[in-house]
Amino acid sequence: MRLTTLIGSVLIVYSGIACAGDGKLIGTAGLNQLEGAGGGGIVPWATLSGYDSQDQISANAFITQVNLDDYRLNVLGANVSLYDRVELSVARHAFDLTTLGGEIAQTVYGAKVRLYGDVIYSDWPQISAGMQYKDLEDTAIAGLVGAKDTTGIDYFLAATKVHLGAVGGYNLVWNLTGRLTKANQLGLLGFGGPDNSDYELMLEGSIGVLFSRHFAAGMEYRQKPDNLGLGEDDWMDVFVTYIPSKNVNFTLAWADLGSIAGATGQKGLYLSVGGQLW
Amino acid sequence: MVKQLVMTAAAIALLGGCASSSSTLYEELGGQAKINEIVENFVHEIEYNNTILPYFADTDIDRFIQKFAEQLCVFAEGPCTYSGDTMEQVHGGMNISEADFNLTVDLFINAMNKANIPHPLQNKLISRMTHTRKQMLYL
Ligand code: HEM
Repeated sequence: MRLTTLIGSVLIVYSGIACAGDGKLIGTAGLNQLEGAGGGGIVPWATLSGYDSQDQISANAFITQVNLDDYRLNVLGANVSLYDRVELSVARHAFDLTTLGGEIAQTVYGAKVRLYGDVIYSDWPQISAGMQYKDLEDTAIAGLVGAKDTTGIDYFLAATKVHLGAVGGYNLVWNLTGRLTKANQLGLLGFGGPDNSDYELMLEGSIGVLFSRHFAAGMEYRQKPDNLGLGEDDWMDVFVTYIPSKNVNFTLAWADLGSIAGATGQKGLYLSVGGQLW
Repeated sequence: MVKQLVMTAAAIALLGGCASSSSTLYEELGGQAKINEIVENFVHEIEYNNTILPYFADTDIDRFIQKFAEQLCVFAEGPCTYSGDTMEQVHGGMNISEADFNLTVDLFINAMNKANIPHPLQNKLISRMTHTRKQMLYL
């Protein structure tokens, strides 16, 4: 509900003012990461989600599913990107406990501001700062494992750069993100816990190669805190992305999310479809 | 896992190193004939684009073709000298937006595709043109 209201109102406000965004090069708008921000798959990037340039706006939606041995994460999200400056996002997580039974839902509201640069054209990387407000709805399990809070805010700073023709003539993209967080498993297991309830700085990185204007492949790494003392592991994935047009992208990844709530070795397929609506 | 990431980065760096050779981009592209073909295609792309064409309303197209080809030749380290005006002189006053600049690059990519320029060579040529962007945007 809130999600559609958000997109709706933003579209109504801006539709009269600006043109729809198609002012970036294909493949350079990136994807939508799990928490709704423009990014890779699991890491938020400095790039904003849409193809809007300084004079344009765009709205995007995506759906992502990660199928693990004992869990399944379904994400439905949307974001708007305004004048290649500000990105507002919302993502809905439904985390199925496929082995134990049950579901944990949370909503993530995000905002990101581009502080400097252009991912392709500036000499230095594009830099953005962002935050993600996470509101856990099903709080019972978080309570059970000893989480301190059921809402939390992550703050991050991201740097992203495309190097044209850098890898044997192919374009190289890299991203480095520092995140201050208390979230346990994205927040699905609450925030803080018996071992730590302070903000910690986590590093996240992505590296990829664009093999044509339509295919990219790469990998990502995301450091995680272990506030609950359950041995929460860092995440990683290896991905391929197909970008047939500026309006749609498909990503297939192999994700290794390690131990989740005591169930070790959680690996599986990550599938995501995203599109620019406007 | 960090090790894997570092190793991939290292492998990518190596790959980048291996691909460099002694020939110039001009030779790799196929010399002046290919550059002329790209420029010709580019002019066609502009002709059929309603957003970019108006910029060229008062342009002497023959001059543009000659100067632009010279400039590409220089960017690709070919045996040419650029005899045109500076990018600031040429594009100043046009108030080119970021979107229109990127659209023009899209058209240029189409022109290279139609000239069958391989993707890696396209990227190399574009990477040598991009420094001109700050000499023309919103001026
Ligand atoms: C990679 C970017 C670009 C490069 C390297 C470039 C290069 C050139 C060159 C070499 C000339 C001929 C200069 C001369 O006659 O002395 C030229 C002319 C021109 N360019 Fe560009 N250009 C670029 C982007 C653009 C863009 C984005 C636009 C407009 C959207 C544009 C519009 C024009 C026009 C209208 C002329 C003709 C000017 C006249 O009639 O005197 N250019 N450009």
